[in-house]
Amino acid sequence: MQIKKSKISNGVKINLDGKEIICQSGKTIMQVAKENGVIIPGLCRHDDFPAKANCRICVVEISPSTALRTSPSAGSPRPDFVVSAQSNELGTKAGQAAKLVTSCSTEVVDGMIIRTDTARVKKSRNLNIELIFAEHIERCPTCIRRFNCALLELADKYKIEITAFKDRKGKRKIYKFANAVEIDGTQCIDCRNCLDACNNLQKINFLELRGKGIEQEIVPATEGNGFPFIGKRRKKVDCIYCGQCSLYCPVTAAQEQAHWQLVEKDLKNKSKVLVAQFAPSIRVSIGEGFGVPGGKVMTGQVVAALKELGFNYVFDVNFGADITTIVEAEELLARVKSGQGGPMFTSCCPAWIKYVEFFRPDLIPNLTTARSPQIHSAGIIKTYWAEKLKINPKNIVVVSIMPCTAKKFEAGRKELKISGHYPIDYVITTRELIWLIKKNKINFAGLEPLPADNPLGLASGAAAIYGASGGVMESALRTAEYLMQTAQDAVCRDLDKEGKPRVKFCDSKIEFKAVRGLAGVRRAELAMGDKKLRVAVVNGIGNVKPVLDNLKDYDYIEVMACPDGCIGGGGQPIPTTAAIRKTRLAALYKIDGSSKIRRAHENSQAVEVLSWLKNKGKLENKVLLTKYKKRS
Amino acid sequence: MDILEKIKQAGLVGRGGAGFLVAKKWSAVKDAAGDPSASSPRPELGTKAGQVKKYVVCNAAEGEPGLVKDSYILEHHADKVIDGMKIAINFLSVGSEKNKPAVKGYIFLNHAYNKKLNKKLAALLKDSAIEIFIKPIESGYIGGEESAVLNAIEGRRIEPRLKPPFPVTHGLWGFPTLVNNVETFYNVNLVNSDQYKNNRFYDIAGDCPNEGVYELPADLTIEKVLKETKNYPKFPFFAQVGGDMAGEVLSSRQLKGPATGAGSITVFSLAKNNYKKIITGWLDFFADESCGQCTPCREGTYRLREVFMEEKIDWVLFNDLLDNLADASFCALGGSVVVPIRSFMKNVLPEMEAKK
Repeated sequence: MQIKKSKISNGVKINLDGKEIICQSGKTIMQVAKENGVIIPGLCRHDDFPAKANCRICVVEISPSTALRTSPSAGSPRPDFVVSAQSNELGTKAGQAAKLVTSCSTEVVDGMIIRTDTARVKKSRNLNIELIFAEHIERCPTCIRRFNCALLELADKYKIEITAFKDRKGKRKIYKFANAVEIDGTQCIDCRNCLDACNNLQKINFLELRGKGIEQEIVPATEGNGFPFIGKRRKKVDCIYCGQCSLYCPVTAAQEQAHWQLVEKDLKNKSKVLVAQFAPSIRVSIGEGFGVPGGKVMTGQVVAALKELGFNYVFDVNFGADITTIVEAEELLARVKSGQGGPMFTSCCPAWIKYVEFFRPDLIPNLTTARSPQIHSAGIIKTYWAEKLKINPKNIVVVSIMPCTAKKFEAGRKELKISGHYPIDYVITTRELIWLIKKNKINFAGLEPLPADNPLGLASGAAAIYGASGGVMESALRTAEYLMQTAQDAVCRDLDKEGKPRVKFCDSKIEFKAVRGLAGVRRAELAMGDKKLRVAVVNGIGNVKPVLDNLKDYDYIEVMACPDGCIGGGGQPIPTTAAIRKTRLAALYKIDGSSKIRRAHENSQAVEVLSWLKNKGKLENKVLLTKYKKRS
Repeated sequence: MDILEKIKQAGLVGRGGAGFLVAKKWSAVKDAAGDPSASSPRPELGTKAGQVKKYVVCNAAEGEPGLVKDSYILEHHADKVIDGMKIAINFLSVGSEKNKPAVKGYIFLNHAYNKKLNKKLAALLKDSAIEIFIKPIESGYIGGEESAVLNAIEGRRIEPRLKPPFPVTHGLWGFPTLVNNVETFYNVNLVNSDQYKNNRFYDIAGDCPNEGVYELPADLTIEKVLKETKNYPKFPFFAQVGGDMAGEVLSSRQLKGPATGAGSITVFSLAKNNYKKIITGWLDFFADESCGQCTPCREGTYRLREVFMEEKIDWVLFNDLLDNLADASFCALGGSVVVPIRSFMKNVLPEMEAKK
């Protein structure tokens, strides 16, 4: 005879701070507590990584007990509810001795009695917080996380002195990687999230933990004797500037090299024309920095805030993205038609470019020569727009607001100079902009939305999705298919008497859903006219290897170094988690879906600029194309 | 009677220090699936599904000052230890025809012992599935913790792993792994050939005339052990039992029970020692040997030393830091920092102060 168990499927009953709770097994105490409104602090824990349980501030007291299983409330009609409040004595009734465990790594077990607020818990938690404070040299006045600081929040919440112990890391080094990212040993709290980001997530293995005990230190693997061990062999390695370490660092020990101070200085310079341009993915993430739920589109507020900060003009890089799409689609078709060897890679992710230049210089010929959207946009500002407004490009300061740390490095590439000028003067991250807005006490969420400046204000839906993994490819495919079906090799080669391109009718596809999604690698085979196009989208540089190992299988490959693309970029607001990225992603596709024009080549302003460039001789290639170099 | 039943009946406990029931550990490894792809917390290992592997590791790290008994056993009874390992390998190899686990063994050998033992061990290991892995010199005290041993063999950073999962289900490269101490495998050999007499090895050292390793009944009181080895001092003394660092400190009146932990007994003359020197010695050791993984140990041991060196010691803070180590450390070694200091202060310090 079978005995039926009257158990809630996968359900366990626990007692949390005196309340009985029925919850799902397999969850950690911290997760269950959060679902029930009890926030347990944690510094080393991150939703995107397995628990490491090394900071030890999420400790709770547990005692196993059988008392709960026989409690009269077991038959409650609403087991999903907190069924009854138990007396505080329950904790002491338990047969076995209570002990402290880390709630980030300990799963709930049926009958577990959990207290998050005993004297013992408070003592360990607060002491560990104090000990961690003494590892971190405070640089609060100029720290861009001052308004969003995990340590200050803990000090405030638990009324803890941040100077109980003497600082012990004052003499640690600051490692700077190009002009993009830095690891500041004087601020590190030894949580190791940066190692998870660099080595496990991105698989770059540039960061290494050296030494033990209080001597342990995060260092670039190239420090000292040079090469790190990967597997059993030493390999050359370098930073690709993706900044994922800075996105996961709880205390700005890993962070972008800040350039907001330089921007602030130039904003006061009245002899300059200050121009800001912002990336496609900023608008859907920046709100999070101001308590707005993730995924809210705030394009108008970004423009308004930048104007409020003192910028004379604010342009939307979505315009530049349409330029990139057209240039890249034309190149893709040319390559496919010529049967030129190997697949073509996208190039708008500067961390990916650094990866190729350092790790796989043999693939340089496969990169599209199209410049990235921010460079296209800024180059057009300093040529086309400067000419229209009769401003000497020398007097224009272009500040790019990017979700990215590697864009700082990209903007400094000498080969991008046009007539002696760098297209972009400064790049600041989403986080730096949030900091500037807060520092200047601008009520971001309450700003009256403003449109981006014109000309260069028009953008297609295809541009918006540049911020998502798969978006660049989808945009290029929309235009490539149009060119294919209308038998053209360029969007604006065929001009009418007035010099305007002839618009051809085409019912080409808009949505290429096969290249969308969250998978690490997405592959598809698409019909392009009479040709078949085999494509792959690599979502996160950590997933690039299987694709690079099978290059022959593809004609066109998009690689974004950060998880889910720029919306998960190294310069985005903290926290960024897989769940948060999802909301940002959805918002970008919503913008695309509701755009009047969906395809880059339908952007009449973009086409006009391209036509203008056609008549400018060498300038055309200078503004639109670039080259790469081996860096290893 | 199969070996597991024999081990159970003999009541074997691990001789590494923790005193875990040997039979329980063996069953756990035997029952573990042996396929890390199924539920591995470390999917990057990328092992082919269905490939069943298990490992047996003899822990001869012996990284705590005061302990030399594993070295002694390997020097005098290496054949028995290796036989014990082979018994474990055979025990774990049993399976269905299709699903027979491949079992491999490692002797995780303290680098200081390697020179004198390597040849001898290598000869005994010829044609076996066991190889010697020399403990890296920098791995120190923490390198003896069983999951740190696994990290060392895998070439990872030498420090304890987050548990669960435990090595018995997810050990070397994610496969079920049996880690036992040298003495434990020696005992397995004795149990198997029905020669086990509930003896254990004692490291006796310190302020006593006949320092050395002795094999005596495990249920002898500490006092008896000292007397039988003609080491019982005539002067006022105290003893540290179970390791010179993490062992418990007992006064001469508290030696009526058997030795616990790793079975070392170190005798200290009450007159020749002072508390500052003794506690500083422990704190220096623990601070230097901390792997650095968790806050209570990395920061705590450093701050304990700092607080203790102050002219006016903040005893409240000192005690809080100890409580935090006992309560919130990542691994048992962090928790054990408290043992010598607290037991010394409770059992010996009053007497020591009174003598002054």
